[in-house]
Amino acid sequence: MPDVHTLVNEFLNQLKKRKIEGSQATAKQAAELLRSVISQQRLPQTHQATALISAVRAVGEKLIAANPVELAVGNIVRRVLHIIREEDLSLATAAIDGLELSAVSDDEDDVERDDYPVLSAAAVAAAARSTLRPPSLQTLLEDTPISAAIPHTSSSGGDSEGKSRSVDKSSRGRKLKHDVIEAVNELIQDISTCYEQIAEQAVEHIHQNEVILTLGSSKTVLEFLCAAKEKKRSFKVFVAEGAPRYQGHLLAKELAARGLQTTVITDSAVFAMISRVNMVIVGAHAVMANGGVIAPVGLNMVALAAQRHAVPFVVLAGSHKLCPLYPHNPEVLLNELRSPSELLDFGEFSDCMDSASGGSLHVVNPTFDYVPPKLVSLFITDTGGHNPSYMYRLIADYYSADDLVVKRRPATTS
Amino acid sequence: MAQIHIFLHAFILFLSLFFVVTNEKKHETVTEVCPNTPSVSPPLKSKTTKAERRALQEAQRAAKAASKANGNSAVAESGKAALAKSKNQSSLKKDGPPVTSEVTIDKKSGNRPPEKERKKDAPPQRMQFDDQNRVGKAKRRALVNQTEAKNRVELFRHLPQYDHGSQLPNLESKLFQLDSVHPAVFKVGLRYMAGDISGVNARCTEMLRALQEAIIDYSTPPEKVLIRELTAKISSYISFINECRPLSISMGNAIRFVKRRIAKLPLSHTDVEAKTALCSDIDRFINEKIIIADKVIVGHASTKVRDGDVLLTYGLSCVVEMILLSAHDVGKKFRVVVVDSRPKLESQALLNRLIAKGLSCTYTHINAVSYIMHEVTKVFLGASAVLSNGTVLSRVGTACIAMVAHAFSVPVLICCEAFKFHERVLLDSICCNEIGDPGALATVPGRMDINYLENWTNEENLQLLNLMYDVTPSDYVSVIVTDHGMIPPTSVPVIVREYGQEHYLI
Repeated sequence: MPDVHTLVNEFLNQLKKRKIEGSQATAKQAAELLRSVISQQRLPQTHQATALISAVRAVGEKLIAANPVELAVGNIVRRVLHIIREEDLSLATAAIDGLELSAVSDDEDDVERDDYPVLSAAAVAAAARSTLRPPSLQTLLEDTPISAAIPHTSSSGGDSEGKSRSVDKSSRGRKLKHDVIEAVNELIQDISTCYEQIAEQAVEHIHQNEVILTLGSSKTVLEFLCAAKEKKRSFKVFVAEGAPRYQGHLLAKELAARGLQTTVITDSAVFAMISRVNMVIVGAHAVMANGGVIAPVGLNMVALAAQRHAVPFVVLAGSHKLCPLYPHNPEVLLNELRSPSELLDFGEFSDCMDSASGGSLHVVNPTFDYVPPKLVSLFITDTGGHNPSYMYRLIADYYSADDLVVKRRPATTS
Repeated sequence: MAQIHIFLHAFILFLSLFFVVTNEKKHETVTEVCPNTPSVSPPLKSKTTKAERRALQEAQRAAKAASKANGNSAVAESGKAALAKSKNQSSLKKDGPPVTSEVTIDKKSGNRPPEKERKKDAPPQRMQFDDQNRVGKAKRRALVNQTEAKNRVELFRHLPQYDHGSQLPNLESKLFQLDSVHPAVFKVGLRYMAGDISGVNARCTEMLRALQEAIIDYSTPPEKVLIRELTAKISSYISFINECRPLSISMGNAIRFVKRRIAKLPLSHTDVEAKTALCSDIDRFINEKIIIADKVIVGHASTKVRDGDVLLTYGLSCVVEMILLSAHDVGKKFRVVVVDSRPKLESQALLNRLIAKGLSCTYTHINAVSYIMHEVTKVFLGASAVLSNGTVLSRVGTACIAMVAHAFSVPVLICCEAFKFHERVLLDSICCNEIGDPGALATVPGRMDINYLENWTNEENLQLLNLMYDVTPSDYVSVIVTDHGMIPPTSVPVIVREYGQEHYLI
């Protein structure tokens, strides 16, 4: 698959060089890339889901390694893996309903991930049971049973069913790919339209004559506020600049152009102004499983000030930003330090750096801040509003437990 | 003949009025400073009230008679002016800007003295810029023409928001026309407006030096009393300086000191003696309250710096710089984190000086404070003023730093001299603040690509707000290091009360 290979390499380069900005753009591109990988993947007759999964995993591992801080990439990889598993499972259950079989099959441990057409009543019951069963030791030894199972079923299945089975298998194989690609298309669609879905909820949260504070720029926040403006709510917005990128200037210009009363303040004035603010609305870079937020730098300060003044701190995040990982030391591990030239001119300080007095200078320019879940009042996602303590439940909707570690174990070869 | 009689009558009354007024002022002083002697004050109060009212009526009658006689309008004016000056002094007790113009006080003073007596414990009204009448009157008397900023922020209508580009050349051109303003004072005003001097200590020192020069060059006109005239002149200088750049709260303390020293001058002093006394007083104030106080503070605070410390500082405070340098000279091993913020980016100057002296520094901007705070062991901050409810007024952003430090359980030490303590109380940063040049926000020096706000004045919905100060609540402050020692923020009103009298009885 040379063209997919080149696509993958291109995307990897862009990620490594940080050319892609924003989690929505990254997520969309990642999803489209994985869609091409899937559509170009040649699937074997059996164990198609397995093959798909390992192919996606191979690519996904590289993508995540290229930019570990861009959590949206990992989210999309895991979403696609979950989609594959789900589609496979739904096809399997549909096939179970359709066929009445009596073939023997005793490998119930990998029915969950298998696309076996050989199904007996026992297997049906096993399938039903395994979908509801928590992961057992058998399901955890996921890779080895596959190769062990293949001779099993070929031995257990009779030749009488061979032909019909093979026909079913190939049609099922095509169907699996088709279904998966359809679902990935839906995912891409969701990512593109997350703004509208979040913006629909704006009217419920913004009343007349409110004063809203935000920092930096986020397209979600822009759409949110404009949606409220469309519904004839008049309110004022304070936009903090968001040094050192100064995206707040952009947002303020946009908002003023759309007719909202906007005031630009410096980041240092946040504490001074927040006593007159009714609500803080911000976007996020990523939302972690514990409800914590990886946000542009400066938002932890805003969240602390909001807590002090009992101002609700509302985070807008599309569902592609929800990451199933729990953060550990996120200020350091999930952060990126950017160039010091954004803070200081190189020329000004090169002289004093050369001086022999022994003074040393170290410039710190982090990109992200971690906001702990206790400072967040509400998450507004495209599925509605949620408490930070609820976010871990949403993970079960979008991700499978098997996919949390995308990195493949070196022992496997498939 | 009748005219001369009336004139003499008026003059005598005017003199007696003056003495009554100064007596009343002294009583005010006494009652304010020693409120634990209430038994003494009420009868005195009522006596002066009545006396003052009678004197006022006499003065008004005399003024009418004098003007009818077509005589000395100067007498009437000076009679009124004396009253106005005393009122002005009591209104200036609390804060700098005397733009509460004498014209309005004149009109009100006839009916108001009894209420003024009763209300004197409450701080008088500052100039509120949303009051159209007073703004109009102040503008008519103003020496500096300020043009209002085009996109004003509604929340701050009570503060002056001026267009900052225009007055400097305007004022420079008036240099030779404004003979009512002493050249030294004019120079200081220009430097304030240009932003050359920043930081309360520097501003205070410069202003006091300029006043010193003005006092030295002052000479009493004939038939006038030094105290009144000098006070009037100083008030006009202060209002000029205030128009150039609004005075900060602690500068009001210094001005109050000067005026009290003038008022305390014995009448028997000649001009020369009075002037030398005043100049030496001002010298002593600067020396004791600023220079020596700084040394004491440095001594106290250096004991708090230990080997292996990581100290965070924000903005450009001369006291904190002195502390860091002296601790380094003593040989302690520590690191400094310098936090900076827009639009002034003042900390870069501090950073330069620290590195030149050999300290190892980390530089970052205020948004990254949460990132860097887990490495920091202590936070040293300067202050512009400390208020009686323990809150600290200082450069905007200090409150954010103190809040994040508090969240990470890092102690916050505020270093400021005792002359910055003030009786005012403030709850938030909106009611009393200074608004700087909004155009400074639109451009980022050194970053040509950040030009989204180039034409911000054309957008009618867009305002830029450049606050200069903010108020840090007292629970974020661990200790305040002053020349009286290291005190908790709850002890600030005690210092104001106890050492206030010493301050004025030097």
